[in-house]
Amino acid sequence: MRKKGSYFGWKLMAMVAGFALAFAFTLPEASAQQAKLKVGILHIGSIADAGYNQAHAEGVQVMKKNLPDVELIEIENVPEAADAERVMETMIKQGAKLIIPASFGYLDPALRVAKKYPDVKFEHPGGYKLAPNLGTYWASTPEAFYLMGIAAGRTTKTNKMGYVVALPISFFLANINAFHLGARSVNHKVETRVVFTGTFLDPPKEATAANALLDQGVDVLGVIVDSPITVVQIAEKRAAYSVGYHYLGVQKFAPKGWISGIAFTWGELYTRFAKQVMDGTWKSENKLGSLASDYLTIAPFGPAVPAEAIKLVNDKKQDFISGRAHAFPGPIKDNKGVERVKAGEVWPMTLLGKMDWLVEGVIGQPK
Amino acid sequence: MIGSFLGGLFVGSIHAGTPLLYATLAEAIEERAGIVNLGLEGVMLMGAVAGFATTVETGSAALGVLTAGLAGGLFNMLFGFLVITRRANQLASGLALMFCGVGLTALLGMPYIGSRIKGLNEIPIPFLSDFPVVGPIFFNYDILVYLVVPISILVWWVLFSTRWGLSLRAVGENPTAAFAAGKNPYILQYQALLIAGFLGGVAGAHLSIAIAKTWAEWMTAGRGFIAVALVIFSKWHPLRAIAGALLFGGAIALQLQMQARGVPVSPFLLDMLPYILSLAVLAVWGGARRHAAPASLGRVFQGTE
Repeated sequence: MRKKGSYFGWKLMAMVAGFALAFAFTLPEASAQQAKLKVGILHIGSIADAGYNQAHAEGVQVMKKNLPDVELIEIENVPEAADAERVMETMIKQGAKLIIPASFGYLDPALRVAKKYPDVKFEHPGGYKLAPNLGTYWASTPEAFYLMGIAAGRTTKTNKMGYVVALPISFFLANINAFHLGARSVNHKVETRVVFTGTFLDPPKEATAANALLDQGVDVLGVIVDSPITVVQIAEKRAAYSVGYHYLGVQKFAPKGWISGIAFTWGELYTRFAKQVMDGTWKSENKLGSLASDYLTIAPFGPAVPAEAIKLVNDKKQDFISGRAHAFPGPIKDNKGVERVKAGEVWPMTLLGKMDWLVEGVIGQPK
Repeated sequence: MIGSFLGGLFVGSIHAGTPLLYATLAEAIEERAGIVNLGLEGVMLMGAVAGFATTVETGSAALGVLTAGLAGGLFNMLFGFLVITRRANQLASGLALMFCGVGLTALLGMPYIGSRIKGLNEIPIPFLSDFPVVGPIFFNYDILVYLVVPISILVWWVLFSTRWGLSLRAVGENPTAAFAAGKNPYILQYQALLIAGFLGGVAGAHLSIAIAKTWAEWMTAGRGFIAVALVIFSKWHPLRAIAGALLFGGAIALQLQMQARGVPVSPFLLDMLPYILSLAVLAVWGGARRHAAPASLGRVFQGTE
């Protein structure tokens, strides 16, 4: 889920100059013949980041391939403030009837624009508020992280794994906890170390953090920042394994040490949204997907993962889908020794936002 | 275990400190010539993107570093035109340069996001790097790391032991007097800005080509401003800048190493460590010597007609 305020105010200001230029170049001319539907999408960063933004960008490309009648208005590097509103209004003036403001911080600007243009539909990723013409969508990730943990726990040789994470946000802590629980379910000796960089995009600092973890003997590196490129490249260089997130195509940056990754494949969902808007069946809802959805995908496994681990992952995936398994089954203690989930109970997925602790066996400070 | 901690800490400090030192040297030269450049962040970004793009296109990291230096120098000439020829306010022009650099490099770098490069790799020093434990810690870095201390000494020598350096410092202290002594303050300041821009560009290239081996918009993340602070910290002295950059880089590496080792301190507090350490050092060791700052720093030379 994309966080609020990831860009400091002055960074926003700094982006304006470049944005103004980029705007002039990227905004397509209104085409002569009328398309059946125009879809506008706003990205917070670059669509080539091999991460969060590229996942959304490839989603709309799949949609366009599925529905050739759809015309796309796509703009990158849009700051999360008044600029986002202006960009959305420009898209609407160009005829867009479906807008995808693809960053968490676009929620409030989108709600304001949605109120002004009731005949335009909006779909926001990860939003927690709805409007009559604004729906939200996301997929719950802890089960997928649990599966990554199983694969990593069976692949590690040092029994030490590490995560480079932007900030100790509850949803990220839940992902790390699930990853560790998954690893522990197949390997009792495993430990997970986590380093927070304090920012979503600082590749040199991510490099230092990744190296610090590798210095501690970690041989699996996972990453929750905007772009995974730096961390997985360093893992590959130092002969460690890596686990990806957000985008399906991270493997090319670390082919040898690649384990697998959790990817958002938005294409079919976006196709459904566009179809629903075209035939008038679209309705505002809060859509939360899971491993059963076609938009939360486990990336192909790398050569280092043992075959039996892949089987364990696939079996567990079926158990998650059928509801036989849960990512946070009790008893669970946190890494300060406090019991968080009693035996026989589970930590409900509706309370992920309240998970402010790290599970026993994770080395790191949750706040 | 403690050995691996200290080793990792040392290597991390060198990696984090090297680009800071190049940037600090750049700012020190400019400030010795009487010009405060708050746009150093933009210059570094220009170097980072130009160097990365060149490395992608040509496959040569060395050419990338060279291009980064030239791009930084050229971009700094824009600043020179504003503050020297047009006599604009240095602080406002510097901030404008920074904003312009952030936006422009985000645009220029867009096609290169996600490109893969081999980049500037470590050159192990033969024989020495084979020593167990100490070899990889001291003798396995990229060329820009090996060069940074010699370049600091060179900058110090040029500033304090050559006629050109004396003239440059004279301009920073009192441009009118320098002018009366037959020096042209404009030309000297342009020269200082060109050299500083080159070093600033190299600082950016070290981030994008050697350390992260990737380009991301605004990837300097404030390091240009840290360099401006480090110049004051090092009292405008290129050799003290080595200590300053190592200390600051060390604090960044230390906090990440401490997290990786599981030291039970909040990551928010640890993230403040470099700044807390800087404050502590300034408080203990920062006694204000007179004449540390160039006397005409930040003042616009209005000419003497």
